[in-house]
Amino acid sequence: MINIGEVRETNAMIEQENLDVRTITLGISLLDCVDSDLRKLNQNIYHKITTIAKDLSAVGAEIEKEFAIPIVNKRIAVTPIALIGAAACKSEEDFATIADTLDRAAEAVDVNLIGGYSALVSKGMTKADELLIRSIPAALCRTKRVCSSVNLASSRTGINMDAVRLMGEILLLLAEQSKDRDSADCMKLVVFCNAPDDNPFMAGAFHGVTEADAVINIGVSGPGVVKTALERVRGESFEVLCETIKKTAFKVTRVGQLVAQEASRMLNIPFGIIDLSLAPTPAIGDSVADILCEIGLEYAGAPGTTAALALLNDQVKKGGVMASSYVGGLSGAFIPVSEDQGMIDAVQAGAITLEKLEAMTCVCSVGLDMIAIPGDTPAASISGMIADEMALGMVNQKTTAARLIPVAGKGVGDTVEFGGLFGYAPVMPVNPFSCERFIARKGRIPAPIHSFKN
Amino acid sequence: MEQSTDKTIITVVGKDAVGIIAKVCAYLAENQINILDISQTIVQGYFNMMMIADMGAAAKPFDECAKDLEQLGEEIGVRIKCQREAIFQKMHRI
Repeated sequence: MINIGEVRETNAMIEQENLDVRTITLGISLLDCVDSDLRKLNQNIYHKITTIAKDLSAVGAEIEKEFAIPIVNKRIAVTPIALIGAAACKSEEDFATIADTLDRAAEAVDVNLIGGYSALVSKGMTKADELLIRSIPAALCRTKRVCSSVNLASSRTGINMDAVRLMGEILLLLAEQSKDRDSADCMKLVVFCNAPDDNPFMAGAFHGVTEADAVINIGVSGPGVVKTALERVRGESFEVLCETIKKTAFKVTRVGQLVAQEASRMLNIPFGIIDLSLAPTPAIGDSVADILCEIGLEYAGAPGTTAALALLNDQVKKGGVMASSYVGGLSGAFIPVSEDQGMIDAVQAGAITLEKLEAMTCVCSVGLDMIAIPGDTPAASISGMIADEMALGMVNQKTTAARLIPVAGKGVGDTVEFGGLFGYAPVMPVNPFSCERFIARKGRIPAPIHSFKN
Repeated sequence: MEQSTDKTIITVVGKDAVGIIAKVCAYLAENQINILDISQTIVQGYFNMMMIADMGAAAKPFDECAKDLEQLGEEIGVRIKCQREAIFQKMHRI
């Protein structure tokens, strides 16, 4: 029988330590919506999403009530639109109409974001892929809820440098068109290496073609819970530290597992995976950087940060896989700058640099996330940063990503305000030396050798 | 297998006062909610009570009871929360 101590522990996690279910993401395959007539295609997409997801919000609210656990976001991920629109879309504008449809459908079923305005181009781009990528600025400009992602590289295929070059230019266009809002449109676009098919977190969620018709994926979150648990073992050995993180991750993940099962049962849609990522928010006490400090660093970015993060990430996974048999998505610690108060503090104190962040992404997902850089950064330099991040993922056979925000009209020393869960971020300096001739080369970087590992 | 998950955990947290348990129990009795277990403790001067209840034969649906109890809590100056037992079972039992 459950005892009062256990009940109090769970409720303290929820009430004081920001334990929540970050997202229930409903993946929906749009493959059966394909039509060569654009109008029909849009109708099919709207109809399918609004039919399958019609109860998503209500079910989320009901689960919230039954267990008294906050479910912060209800979201939808769809099949990459470059595939779905290929037969019907002959222009960038054609693709953008699908973004309009996704936006309308998301609004109709009351979800705050819908992901999957995506293209998978790790080896090459089809005509449709390129049209979709070029339509991203228009699509994100006129929609509120649509998120976009592009998979630029993989360990099996190498890095598509033509697409990397293009993305540098697209990002600057996005930044320019939303300059009155601190280039906020860039937050809705992420580029990947080894993008997972079942990621529940935005902006990178899409419903992979290997997935079932509809599936429920869950992202839990509990940086505050881990930090509080670690406060109790200050100064103890690494063994005690690791045990504490594992046990906490187990508990947090079990809540996600329960919510996933309930949502799956109530919606009659199969459960896919739980994503074990520690996802911070700007709320006080909900920070991954604070965990690193609790482990023993003055600020995130100090020497030892990469090792501490590697340890944290690994223990979270070890605890999490015990708690759920179906773990997937990104499953790593997120280290976004703007969404994590501890990271913002580290940047402002001068403790962390872009280069250190890049090193940290070698041992955790998601990559260079939510990083504001000067608006006058050349497209080639942005592409260079993306290429570096892709190379890390490619060689280490892991997912990496980049969500960079070249803030139009702002430079180092300025701060940008994104609002709400997105927080704020100081603009970080970018290495000023050029990689123009490197990025100007055509073609792709070949896949790495998968032997002789060193 | 795990314990059955249709039980409800009712927690009451707040300043100690006369008659808290009586009022909560009266509500539960009125609504045919059976109490299986009660435990209570004082933590840092605050009254903490947990009840395990069976709502199988309850006169009202879960969310209505939860709302009523929350309101009752406000009236007597404590916080009353209803949660299905599954969340605790999942978290604390392998």
